[in-house]
Amino acid sequence: MSISVPPRTTARGMLSVAPGFDVEAVRADFPILQRRVGDRPLVYLDSAATSQKPVQVLDAVERYYRESNSNVHRGAHTLGNEATELFEGARRRVAAFIDADPRGLVFTRNATESLNLVASSYARELLRPGDRIVLTLMEHHSNLVPWQLAAERAGLDLAFIGLTAEGRLDMEVAERLLSEPTRLLAVTHQSNVLGTVNPIRELADLAHRCGALIAVDACQSVPHMPVSVRELDVDFLAFSGHKACGPMGGGVLWARPELLERMPPFLGGGSMIQRVELDRSTWAEVPAKFEAGTPDVAGAHGLAAACDYLDAVGRDRIHAHEQALTGHLLEVLDEAGVDIQGPRTLVERGGAVSFTMGEIHPHDIATILDREGVAIRAGHHCCQPLMRHLGTPATARASVYLYTTHAEIDALGAGLLEVGRILGPPGPRR
Amino acid sequence: MTAGASPVEDELYREIILDHWRNPRYRGHVDPADVTVEGYNPLCGDEVLLTMRMHDGSVEEIAFDGHGCSISRASASMMCEGVAGRSVADATELGRRFKAMMLEGGTADDLGDLEALQGVARIPLRIKCAVLPWNALLEGLQRGGGTVTTEEGPQS
Repeated sequence: MSISVPPRTTARGMLSVAPGFDVEAVRADFPILQRRVGDRPLVYLDSAATSQKPVQVLDAVERYYRESNSNVHRGAHTLGNEATELFEGARRRVAAFIDADPRGLVFTRNATESLNLVASSYARELLRPGDRIVLTLMEHHSNLVPWQLAAERAGLDLAFIGLTAEGRLDMEVAERLLSEPTRLLAVTHQSNVLGTVNPIRELADLAHRCGALIAVDACQSVPHMPVSVRELDVDFLAFSGHKACGPMGGGVLWARPELLERMPPFLGGGSMIQRVELDRSTWAEVPAKFEAGTPDVAGAHGLAAACDYLDAVGRDRIHAHEQALTGHLLEVLDEAGVDIQGPRTLVERGGAVSFTMGEIHPHDIATILDREGVAIRAGHHCCQPLMRHLGTPATARASVYLYTTHAEIDALGAGLLEVGRILGPPGPRR
Repeated sequence: MTAGASPVEDELYREIILDHWRNPRYRGHVDPADVTVEGYNPLCGDEVLLTMRMHDGSVEEIAFDGHGCSISRASASMMCEGVAGRSVADATELGRRFKAMMLEGGTADDLGDLEALQGVARIPLRIKCAVLPWNALLEGLQRGGGTVTTEEGPQS
């Protein structure tokens, strides 16, 4: 099942400034990047919403359905065994991708489901009234609403770490909150709006010192940089496969296996049971206990292929490439005179950059850019409390990935000039 | 209006829309108001607050506030211009015809400035921006106040 990625050598290294990284060779692996939007080439700057898929992943999914499709963990026929091996192999591969014990790796539909699983089966079921969960002001709704639901039903308290003016976690508040009795800290590794990379290891140490566990939303970090759950010393980590070149419909939860063993099931049904009586049942070993029903085998296999792909390119090199792109993006946005929301330097910052343009609404920015072939995200980014904190109903967000080029960032800059031409202050037209 | 405007009008951002965006009419609050409606687009967080004072079966005074894109603000501004002083029946009929143009590809005849918003109907994601203030208006005229959203289903 291993997908081999050919060595990348080409004469065209002009657009990549990260050493040893050939962005044109990478782009050749992504068929969708060849398409046009209207009469313009697609400039896809919305990878923080979902990544595009390399042909290696598309082929893996198709090959699974062509050659090995069968249900898993049942029956004794050849295809059933193949599918089961592919699925369990995918579990080991994805676990290795985040340096984790595969017994703690649960395949879900998406990171939202992963976080709901923890909020339901851990927080709601195992915490007691008055116990406290600490969150932050920069969480995506998927790492906020599940905790609200659990808090409401189990009588838990929620407390929030605020932000500095630069858009980083206020670590003084974090230290204060995590010196008081707390059961869980749920925090994003990298903000999908601000791009801020949070000091997860430091936060994990603070949480553990006060007897709390730490759950990390790693949707925006795992696709873009090496992430090790061992080095970060986290207890729960969720991410979505589709943001990391994998198929849509596949999410991942990793949890310490001993926690999964203590937690009651999330969903009931086939595959998650050991023995079923009419009035009660016993549960399968972890992680099967948390995988009720037929799983997305092709999706898991596709995500494993994505892990192979990203590792073949090299996550360190991807990260270096994205850092160079993000530096260029910050410069281009600065030249365009927009207001960058979040850190303005590359220090502990990822390649999702939000901005606003005075009175011009982000939806208008996105509509005009789309006419230039440039795809960005506009809206509240599922972070309404953060928007309120920023004092804006919405932002525009451009985000980069391994296939993004410096020329595409320049196309964004040109598109922003067009936005200014149409919606800028009235006066003589350029 | 801009001196030296380009001869070819932008198909979406028509001059009349930009004018209502830059210089919105009827912006603010009617105080005291007989009817207050909040309109909300959970997809993008945009909000419109519509206040009206009614007299003798007519919209005596109307004003809008809130935050939104150029399309929603221009639509709200034109809407207020279109219904101020009109009877509830006329205002309701205007709302019905405007929504028909935006949502059902209806004709834009006799809609005046509002015809400029017809270009929005070609961009499905933006139709909700134009319709939001009208949903608030119709809610206010029919039920005397409340809250409306652009969505009926679940949102992210």
